[in-house]
Amino acid sequence: MKSVLFVIALAASVSVHAQTIKIGLVTALSGQSARAGEAITRGLTVAIDEINAKGGVLGRKLELVRRDDEATPAKGVIAARELLFKERVAVLFGGLDTPVSLAIVPIVNENKTVFMGPWAAGTPITKNGAKENYVFRVSAVDEIVNKAMLQYAQKTFNAKNCGMILVNNPWGESNEKGLKAALDAKGIKPAGIEKFEGNDVDVVPQLTRLKNAGADCLFLVGNVGPSAQVVKSLDRMGWKPPIVSHWGPAGGRFTELAGPSAPSVHFVQTYSFFGKQSPVGEKVLKALMAKYPDIKGPGDVTPAVGVANAYDAMMLTAAAIQNAGSTEGPKVREGFYKIGRYEGLIKTYNKPFTPDNHDAVNENDYVWTQFIDNQILPVGMKK
Amino acid sequence: MFVTALITGIALGSMYGLLALGFYVTYAVSSTVNFAQGSSMMLGAVFAYTFAVTFGWPFVPAVLLALALCAIYGVLVELIAVRPFASRGSSAWLMATVALGIVADNTVLFTFGKEPRGFNVFQGGVQIAGINVPWLQIAIPVVGFALAAGLYFFSRKTQTGKAMLAVVQNRDAARLMGINITLVVSAAYAASTLFAGAAGIMIAPLFNVHSDMGTLFGLKAFAVAILGGITSAWGVMLAGLIFGITEAMITSLLGSAYTQILSFALVIVVLALRPNGLFGRAEVKKV
Repeated sequence: MKSVLFVIALAASVSVHAQTIKIGLVTALSGQSARAGEAITRGLTVAIDEINAKGGVLGRKLELVRRDDEATPAKGVIAARELLFKERVAVLFGGLDTPVSLAIVPIVNENKTVFMGPWAAGTPITKNGAKENYVFRVSAVDEIVNKAMLQYAQKTFNAKNCGMILVNNPWGESNEKGLKAALDAKGIKPAGIEKFEGNDVDVVPQLTRLKNAGADCLFLVGNVGPSAQVVKSLDRMGWKPPIVSHWGPAGGRFTELAGPSAPSVHFVQTYSFFGKQSPVGEKVLKALMAKYPDIKGPGDVTPAVGVANAYDAMMLTAAAIQNAGSTEGPKVREGFYKIGRYEGLIKTYNKPFTPDNHDAVNENDYVWTQFIDNQILPVGMKK
Repeated sequence: MFVTALITGIALGSMYGLLALGFYVTYAVSSTVNFAQGSSMMLGAVFAYTFAVTFGWPFVPAVLLALALCAIYGVLVELIAVRPFASRGSSAWLMATVALGIVADNTVLFTFGKEPRGFNVFQGGVQIAGINVPWLQIAIPVVGFALAAGLYFFSRKTQTGKAMLAVVQNRDAARLMGINITLVVSAAYAASTLFAGAAGIMIAPLFNVHSDMGTLFGLKAFAVAILGGITSAWGVMLAGLIFGITEAMITSLLGSAYTQILSFALVIVVLALRPNGLFGRAEVKKV
């Protein structure tokens, strides 16, 4: 009888160990931001393949489970709940859209499951005021990007009177606050602040107000489609101010949508696969080319920021689970604080997370880029 | 600033008017409308893009075939989502047309693709009063009013048009005179989606092409149809212009934060003062 019980217990134990650790991903897999969702997927997949090839984490393989949020907070919440309560994911990854991530934040904090942001840059995502904050991020942060945008506009274009053209959603609001704070810190007032809807056909009226206010550069915040509408509207006006943008244009077919003036938008990225790569960069690019037949070179890894952020975020998450020795949310959260030095794709991280800082990437890690044809290149770099 | 806003408003307003004209046509002959008119608009843009860009056909045949397919879609809308319910006196056509629109949007999502595409044709423009005005912003109101005029003359100078008018005036008498009511209603739906398709093809180069591009346009166009008085063809076109110019002016003068609030608030105020719309007439019902 004892031996039968032992065999049953052993079988149960083997079964538990054989179970995969599920990693959830809620992102836009359709619509205007579909490419961004695909980039995050690819970054996570390459990282998971690498981890699994080395035996997984805690002796268990990782498994990616994806859901499409269609860039809509309501659908994102449904998808997140399904992944948390039905699929029982150990860690949930978010996507491109700040409004979706902001809607998911209270759910993960209440459920005590780690939410990792590999893209959405809204400041309140990680600085959400929760007593026990389960939200981490390996991506740009609006308030830091906003300081960098001002610095870049002043240094590169000698801009003195910038106007803001911001998409009318929580991401736009987050950047409005950040840009105002960055300008205030230097005692500067904006030429004007204009909002536009994501599906506006014509942004000429808003841009005309900024032009009449004497704007000598534009701070642009919007995803691919909306940013393209701003560029097209500027073309119609025949007005060509320098455009310093958050990274929204990176998420799709920006050149096709914005037309010939697409390169006039200089936008922030956290990584570029062009130029000399670190050993990790070479390894990841090689893995991407082996896994995805459409990737023939660095220009095909687009948007690179999604791939790079997701890759590093997954690697750091695996390290946190390993440190925790468990997939329980509170332990995994503590595991993030125990990460020491890690040689990643974007940079070499050194104690990237503390209880006061849940953002691993800072202003020293940004790269300024532009679209040349369909490729995102560092500004000034020829194809 | 004023001239820029006026040009923007006229182009957008004409497009709203063109979509709203589709509501007018079907409402006039059958007292029903295709609530998913935005989907018809999207189909026009998607068909034209597919033929002209994906297949590389010359632009004119691509557009003509796209419009023909839009007209056929209109016939199907009436056949599938309106007739079965309207013939039984049910108002379920209201929800059925919305549902069919969702089916169309999702079918396009899975076949055309998830990403929006740029339809970069007719990108040139002309300088008017020192402002660069794209050809399309001129073409949209010209085509919009040409189609409204065409509809006007069609309904008064052709036999089918007169049959339509007869149906509008007295459905039973028209039937007794041998007019095929079913055919007339079907033709009205074909015209309705054709107008929407034309609007979609013209707006696509200024915007982009994707499966849900028509949703908000359809909503605004319905507001415009009600604002104009859905029983007047010229009324809905003019209401489109008024709505479009109002939107652009509010944005220019007060900033975009006030655009939706004030433009829709104005619609409510107008309807409170003139319940039948700006150019509509109260229906006389004999009891």
